[in-house]
Amino acid sequence: MRTDTGRHPSDEASLLRVEGLQTWFPIRRGLMRRTTGWVQAATDISFEIAPGRTLALVGESGCGKTTVGRSILRLEAPQKGRVFFEGKDLMTLSRAEMRAARQRIQIIFQDPMASLDPRMRVRDQIAEGMKSFGIGANDRERDARVAELLERVQLDPDTMERYPHEFSGGQRQRICIARALAVEPRMIVCDESVSALDVSIQAQILNLLRDLQQDLGLSYLFITHDLSVVRYLAHEVAVMYLGEIVEEGPTRRIFESPAHPYTKGLLAAIPSIDPDHRGAAPPVLGDVPSPSDPPPGCHFHTRCPFVMDRCRKQAPPLFEIEGGRSRCFLSESPA
Amino acid sequence: MSALLEVRGLRTVFPGESGPVPVVDDIAFDLDRSEVLALVGESGSGKSMTALSILRLVPKPGRVDAGAVALEGENLLDLPVTAMRRIRGRRISMIFQEPMTCLNPVLPVGAQVVEAIQLHEAISTVDARARTRDLFAEVGIPDPEARLDAYPHQLSGGLKQRVMIAMALSTRPEILIADEPTTALDVTVQAQILALLRDLQRERRMAILLITHDLGTVNELADRVAVMYAGRLVEVAERRALLSEPLHPYTRGLLRSMPALARPGERLPEIPGVVPPPDQWPSGCRFSTRCAERFEPCADRVPSETEPAPGRRVWCHDVERRLDGGAGK
Repeated sequence: MRTDTGRHPSDEASLLRVEGLQTWFPIRRGLMRRTTGWVQAATDISFEIAPGRTLALVGESGCGKTTVGRSILRLEAPQKGRVFFEGKDLMTLSRAEMRAARQRIQIIFQDPMASLDPRMRVRDQIAEGMKSFGIGANDRERDARVAELLERVQLDPDTMERYPHEFSGGQRQRICIARALAVEPRMIVCDESVSALDVSIQAQILNLLRDLQQDLGLSYLFITHDLSVVRYLAHEVAVMYLGEIVEEGPTRRIFESPAHPYTKGLLAAIPSIDPDHRGAAPPVLGDVPSPSDPPPGCHFHTRCPFVMDRCRKQAPPLFEIEGGRSRCFLSESPA
Repeated sequence: MSALLEVRGLRTVFPGESGPVPVVDDIAFDLDRSEVLALVGESGSGKSMTALSILRLVPKPGRVDAGAVALEGENLLDLPVTAMRRIRGRRISMIFQEPMTCLNPVLPVGAQVVEAIQLHEAISTVDARARTRDLFAEVGIPDPEARLDAYPHQLSGGLKQRVMIAMALSTRPEILIADEPTTALDVTVQAQILALLRDLQRERRMAILLITHDLGTVNELADRVAVMYAGRLVEVAERRALLSEPLHPYTRGLLRSMPALARPGERLPEIPGVVPPPDQWPSGCRFSTRCAERFEPCADRVPSETEPAPGRRVWCHDVERRLDGGAGK
């Protein structure tokens, strides 16, 4: 039991707690680069992740899920909100403090080739972070640890002398995972990390992430558009639409009894592989509106099959429901 | 009556360090009139290259090396270039995963469809424009008249794919080849485009050769399925049979490894390893390096075609062994 830190007791329950996060991007036009509007990428985002748990941030393109992940790591500059990690508000940290905090939260992306340096040997890429965070006393110790990490992600330790282009897509993603693990993080942000992989390779990586969580107690913020992966991997789910969380709750509840019409539509839109189930009508019509000009009232009202008059004028708050929260007037409990 | 399109012994090679590499190898299937056949496989399976081979659009330095592609009995591989161009425009059309790469960014989308129609038909611009507007309406583009003058960048991904479908249908093709038509789209838009393709196929009684990696898309659209692995067919079956009772170990592994079927928290059954690169394909069954059912002949001998049930074809030594066993040998 750890009691040695000055943390608030409730902070132990959540490793990461995001409160009212907002990241908007200015749209600049003309010679003077005046701000003429805002892309409302993420607004009023709040959620928590406990140690050893996985929260999936789900949504379609332009919903802001990637912006949220990047904002937490301060790879974007949010205008509002607080991000408590291990009890400290990351938004108030100095540059140096933030760099130190990044040792504890790592991020892996969709395209491993873009995040690996093509001219560096695998060994040096994995050891780089260890060096800058002072892990391992010397090169020999670090090499031993690199070998261990490669084995951990089921790659041959002898491959540490090779360059990224000598690996397949799935193997490169394993290298990125090994590199993230090298600095002993408590949490990994996975941004569409398995989305580009073939099904058979995706299964291998999902199993690896699951094993690592069990063995090391890692937390994941899993950012994805793929709901079948979410159902398999996540403990909790937050569904985003046009910059806002529209529903959240435990995975099982979300999948078995979704409350928000958008969540319902999203789930019904997954093509089924049950041969007795095909040819359902498309559940949600039209396209996602632009996040620089979201519809007034409820952002989803232009596509919602249950739209009411007030939805066009009034923005619904997140209502508490059984097993989570839902941003829909239909979820409002009668007073 | 013979099938609309008959592919036989199709082989497409690319030059490799030690001789030509067959990325499409001995592919044979039929596509019937108004049938949807899905060609399924992971990256490197050769499914897209098979489609390009049928259309004689294999990028250089690749080339079709053997086989026949007969459209109503006429071998497309023997046609002069000009005749083949006519077939491509009029009788077989193709849509791709990424509509943006196929649309000209500086021309209104309506004008692009008009141009495509006029390329294949002597028709006035006014009439071609009227037909384009009707096509836009048919593929579910809201306010089609106004959208004729829109530029590609003014349309969402879903609308661009609808424009591409309208363009592909503009010459009333008998066969539509759809290469990952919904892969780049969001899931709610994907459901809309799949429903659209299903409706169009029924109304126009058009045959579709669907190229996809996604078994969900297969289930939504296909009548029959041909599964490819490392350039070869491994299994051909009717949709329901394939999804409910896959026979080839690769098809089985693929279905089992899908997270949609797994129970949360349980390990996904993996297919171990990776698809070897083409120059390292085993001389026997190409799946043998990853197969759990592998036994003595698999690595060295190419499995022959077996027909475990009518209309069902499997290329697997293990399936063959069981069939022989069942026949009392």
